[in-house]
Amino acid sequence: MKYGYFPGCSADSTARDMHTSTVAVAQALGIELIEPKGWTCCGATAGHQTDRFLSVALPAASLAKVKDDGLDMVVSCAACYNRMKVANHEIQQSDEMRRAVADALGRDYDGSVRVRHFLEVLLEDLGIDKVAALAKHSLGGLKVACYYGCLLVRPNEVTKFDDPENPTSLDRLVNALGGEGLEWPHKVECCGGGLSMSRTDVVVSLTDAILEMAKASGAQCVTVGCPMCQINLDMRQLDIRKQMGKSHDMPIVYITQLLGLCLGVPAQQLGLEKLMIPAGDIVKTIGSAA
Amino acid sequence: MAITIKKNVETEGLIRRIEQMTGTDLSTCYQCKRCTSGCPVSKLAGSPPSEIMRRLHLKAGDELLDSEIVWMCVSCETCSARCPMGIDVAAVMDALRQLAREKKAAPQEGNVPLFNRAFLETVKFFGRTYDIAMIAAYKLGTRKFMDDTEKFPSMLKKRKIALLPSLKGDRKTTRRIFQKANERKEAER
Ligand code: SF4
Ligand code: SF4
Repeated sequence: MKYGYFPGCSADSTARDMHTSTVAVAQALGIELIEPKGWTCCGATAGHQTDRFLSVALPAASLAKVKDDGLDMVVSCAACYNRMKVANHEIQQSDEMRRAVADALGRDYDGSVRVRHFLEVLLEDLGIDKVAALAKHSLGGLKVACYYGCLLVRPNEVTKFDDPENPTSLDRLVNALGGEGLEWPHKVECCGGGLSMSRTDVVVSLTDAILEMAKASGAQCVTVGCPMCQINLDMRQLDIRKQMGKSHDMPIVYITQLLGLCLGVPAQQLGLEKLMIPAGDIVKTIGSAA
Repeated sequence: MAITIKKNVETEGLIRRIEQMTGTDLSTCYQCKRCTSGCPVSKLAGSPPSEIMRRLHLKAGDELLDSEIVWMCVSCETCSARCPMGIDVAAVMDALRQLAREKKAAPQEGNVPLFNRAFLETVKFFGRTYDIAMIAAYKLGTRKFMDDTEKFPSMLKKRKIALLPSLKGDRKTTRRIFQKANERKEAER
């Protein structure tokens, strides 16, 4: 199994752990990921809040780089995934946009590269049974609040990822690995990640509500597939502590980190020490569960 | 809640321009308020999304661009996903932000436009984001140097902030894209 792989800018900074755990898990599962040379930023939230053309042409530049190899583009960042899917959609919908993008890129791109989240590759291409069969350790009944956020599921006509109001992809994987994906109401609530720096006030109140609900639902940790959700839910716990005097102490781990532990990948390779709220107890539980 | 707008019967207000920018027919909104009930910031912002829609129908003018939600909206797209009429309310928010910037509407708390500019300038220059340059540009603009800075040492230690920018991106193409975007804007004017 061979794919193009787009790490996204955060792979070099805030989400190095997402990137290393994705690569480690792929290797353990025999999935080959090829980084296209010279990939560039997708423009993220700032792009589409500023200019529609920018928000389409920026992701298209990287997609065009795998077009000729005929590979799907695998993305582990939900934000890049979202921007790339929307860009493909807009290029397919409008000849004017396609021409304008071609003009900027110096080549035509028809919006046809399939964009896949790493989770989709695990569930659709490899299959949940195969993934579970390769696991060396069980999650040992770990109670996990699976948090999907907004970028994977919306706009659903474009991303076509799971059920937009009650997605279960992460839960199915967690359950197959011997954990318990919890029923809880905030699976697709927004944490405000895109405004984390510019409207910290708004974001602290949104993250607090999500963490409260995870705790009330009995979660031992929250798992995510998006680096903006991760850093936001993880790091903003420090602000919640300071501003509201509440300690949630809720580890926010990437699904690839949980899966990596189950596959027997050493914790260091999964970047678990990078979490702001430590997940040591979880690492220990999984390491000792057969 | 009663809505008052400054009505100017001579003009069509912002609605046509927004319809043009988003390619949607806003007249189908029947004020069910599902967009507002799912909006994570509706309680914090003065005018929730359904009210913005109503104000547009009532031919609101540029004063709408000063609404708090324009820069408080987190682009989560819950409103668009749940609108029974299939109206892309989040795209309306994007359009309002573009107009607010063009028309230099009242600056607001937190300064999202400044953050977006700092972010995109970094991308234009490096081809990828580079947090330190972006944060510096943003903090210089807001003069709120101390917010979040207490987290930097531990973030650096955990290598959650890269010290040096990555220069592996295809910067030539990125710059051409920004140039094209500018040309398109100029042509619109
Ligand atoms: S959900 Fe749609 S129809 Fe209902 S108030 Fe909002 S925009 Fe109008
Ligand atoms: S996209 Fe903006 S307006 Fe729509 S629900 Fe989200 S925060 Fe509210």
